Amino acid sequence: RRRAMGRAMGLVGLLLGLFLVPAVLVSTSLRHGAPWTEPELELSEWEPISNTVPENSLWPLPQSLRTSRRQLQLAPGRFQLVHSTGSLAEPDCGLLQDAFRRYYDYMFGHSDRRRHSRRPPGAREEPELLQLQVVVESLDPGCHSYPHLGSSEAYHLTVTEPVAILKADEVWGALRGLETFSQLVHEDDYGSFLVNESEIDDFPRFAHRGILLDTSRHYLPLKSILTNLDAMAFNKFNVLHWHIVDDQSFPYQSIYFPELSDKGAYSYNHIYTPTDVRLVIEYARLRGIRVIPEFDTPGHTQSWGKGQKDLLTPCYKGQQPTGSFGPVNPILNTTYDFMTKFFQEISNVFPDAYIHLGGDEVNFNCWKSNPEVKEFMKKQGFGTNYAKLESYYIQKILDIVSSYKKGYMVWQEVFDNKAQLKPDTVVEVWIGDNYAHELSKVTGAGFTAILAAPWYLDYISYGQDWKKYYSVEPLNFPGSEEQKKLLIGGEACLWGEYVDATNLTPRLWPRASAVGERLWSSRSVTNLEDAYERLSNHRCRML
Amino acid sequence: AESEPPWGTPCTQLLVSVAAPGCDGFPSLDSKESYELSVSEGSLLLSADTIWGALRGLETFSQLVGRDENGTYYINQTEVVDFPRFPHRGLLLDTSRHYLPLRAILETLDVMAYNKLNVFHWHIVDDPSFPYQSLTFPELSKQGAFNAMSHVYSASDVQAVLEHARLRGIRVIAEFDTPGHTLSWGPGAPGLLTPCYLGKSPSGTYGPINPILNSTYEFVSSLFKEVSTVFPDFFLHLGGDEVDFTCWKSNPKIGAFMKEMGFGQDYRKLESFYIQRLLDIVSSIGKGSIVWQEVFDALVKLRPDTIIHVWKESSPPYMEEMANVTKAGYSALLSAPWYLNRISYGQDWMAAYQVEPLKFKGVPEQKDRVIGGEACMWGEYVDVTNLTPRLW
Repeated sequence: RRRAMGRAMGLVGLLLGLFLVPAVLVSTSLRHGAPWTEPELELSEWEPISNTVPENSLWPLPQSLRTSRRQLQLAPGRFQLVHSTGSLAEPDCGLLQDAFRRYYDYMFGHSDRRRHSRRPPGAREEPELLQLQVVVESLDPGCHSYPHLGSSEAYHLTVTEPVAILKADEVWGALRGLETFSQLVHEDDYGSFLVNESEIDDFPRFAHRGILLDTSRHYLPLKSILTNLDAMAFNKFNVLHWHIVDDQSFPYQSIYFPELSDKGAYSYNHIYTPTDVRLVIEYARLRGIRVIPEFDTPGHTQSWGKGQKDLLTPCYKGQQPTGSFGPVNPILNTTYDFMTKFFQEISNVFPDAYIHLGGDEVNFNCWKSNPEVKEFMKKQGFGTNYAKLESYYIQKILDIVSSYKKGYMVWQEVFDNKAQLKPDTVVEVWIGDNYAHELSKVTGAGFTAILAAPWYLDYISYGQDWKKYYSVEPLNFPGSEEQKKLLIGGEACLWGEYVDATNLTPRLWPRASAVGERLWSSRSVTNLEDAYERLSNHRCRML
Repeated sequence: AESEPPWGTPCTQLLVSVAAPGCDGFPSLDSKESYELSVSEGSLLLSADTIWGALRGLETFSQLVGRDENGTYYINQTEVVDFPRFPHRGLLLDTSRHYLPLRAILETLDVMAYNKLNVFHWHIVDDPSFPYQSLTFPELSKQGAFNAMSHVYSASDVQAVLEHARLRGIRVIAEFDTPGHTLSWGPGAPGLLTPCYLGKSPSGTYGPINPILNSTYEFVSSLFKEVSTVFPDFFLHLGGDEVDFTCWKSNPKIGAFMKEMGFGQDYRKLESFYIQRLLDIVSSIGKGSIVWQEVFDALVKLRPDTIIHVWKESSPPYMEEMANVTKAGYSALLSAPWYLNRISYGQDWMAAYQVEPLKFKGVPEQKDRVIGGEACMWGEYVDVTNLTPRLW
């Protein structure tokens, strides 16, 4: 896919006039620094060849990448990341300003040489790269809006002297390109900052590339979540699936229903205030990451019952309530009154177009034990098929949420149990047995799907298990071309039963990086040895 | 009101009474760690035979102190009589597969003390790197460390570890594993490792320590003399595990030696020949030896006070090995079921907890020879970024 070119300057224009080679060819033949054959470009054969191949730490691997042995120097005191005069991102594009500062810091942060200084005698002879200019071309670049499923994350990066150019349709692509540029800059043995002349054309293979964090089994302090968002940006992940509440605790401080967290959180210190939530959403936005909250019902809701009386179904033994509770009670009007108000709040608090409504692992035993529920089943003509009751409930929630103009994501059971889903529903396939078959069914029925099943990273094991995650091919399921288009991405999940702030980061990374490349890079990028080299360099850089 | 707790007289002092004089020594295998703790109205008394027992008692005391929801510290009336079931309760850290900065080691020693572990088994060098800065052979770390400036343990680092450990009643037992697991020794000690052959000429790669040269034994003798002065514990761990015979088999000079010695094709005899001499060197320096089980399995002639470290899960099953080792009269340490580097999903602490070290067929004298065990955290996938949550 060729980017539209703006005004070119001199050598840059020459380079930009080159045809782009399809990803497959490039990825197999030119990646290892083979010199270009175009006669216009000087081959600097006499220059010392650095030990590191320029792209030996790129992660995820771009779709199309050409590098030459020719290197450029960067002086921290002089190099700048700037808006190009042709860019449609306003000068007041805070998102990019923030990114410029952040990436400058990643590249040169621990250097003493950030002050202005003259070029020292005996400095290397390479030409100096003075700037990376960022051009955002769309009339609606996205500076002050939120990323969404349809956002453009494509970018074109040309690194050549004296000025490198990063072009993108929208700011989201600029963010991805800045990350890649920062991965190209490296230090030589003497501490000089260098970058090889390169041309990169890149875009994600899948649009939904997510990480699931679970803040109910264990509370995660803000710092932990923000550090994780940084790591996600290093790996071009673009969705934080925030599984914020569950059976064990309810840390989300609701404005309409403060008792939910008052009674349901582990303690008053283990909550997310509205300010905390806004911080996460903005921190994510500045990194091009969508925040999709999950309020999982009707199962996984024990903690909701502490602060909301009569929400959960009372379980019975014979004719007597046992004192324990089951899933959300689907037969009471009060349930739906509550959900209507609750999801109104959620729709306002979380700006993403989607909310995840859960719907997994509903245990029917409690419903079966409750005489009023049984009575309701009879009246509705559901017989003894409790899946129908589950669907009855989910249906109403789905309708409530769509009335707030939100789309929804659901776990696969909601589809499997035949609830009536809106066409833009995203079904998340998580059950490990035969997930390929499930993907066929979901996409065969015309729904979009995301894949989580092979990527449950909470299931730790000894050794290099990243290879197993890397080797998953999401489109390996029986289906037509149209069906395959409905698989829009996947998520690496770190459920919290055994995870808290003391072990989250080393458990999630760099294992999740394997998933990140699988979801961004081309299908043909599968070589484990090459991946190992790039991933080990990438991991050290992330530290 | 009826819900007021019946607080006794506020306690102001924990009196610590230690029978044996002196605070300046190092703990040993024979150290007594027993203590008694008596908490009653107006009297808090911790008594122990030795300072090591006092340390254990202080840890327990600190665990008994509670805090109520008003913030008041309290302690229940309590009587504690305590002593360890096994005298050797160890933890292995591997600083060769990944260098561990000093602070990671010191932090680990702190947590060991919380858990009354009393031996730090420092698997300090191995194939991938040689971070131990030797005074006698400075080239070993200069050439063998991942980075000779930053990824080394200087003499003062080692002293810091020894003292930090001592203050917590923890013995430091260094392991310089030979003749296998020594690739990183090669660059700094030319001629030490066996050159492997491809046909008639050297292939350029190296194998275990070369057991047929006198220079080998001179070197090993000097190195262990230094190590035995640096590390005060009576015991040194000599390794002796996983010796790969392929390189020895390929080397014609070794082949000639095997013939000369009448070892036939049994390279275990060559391995034993080396280990034997090493054990003699170490005991002549006045130290005791701990070895991995292979040394016992290869029927090396061992001094009766050698300690055998059982690490293999199977071939034979480790409880069978424990029985064999103790039956032959040696003391045994158990690690096989406690390789904590082998992570798995869920509450795997339970499997470790349920191990019963004495669950093997043997007479009481045998069982008495089990002196304890060690949890091992091998470093292939472990560095400072994940050590602490993986280990504890």
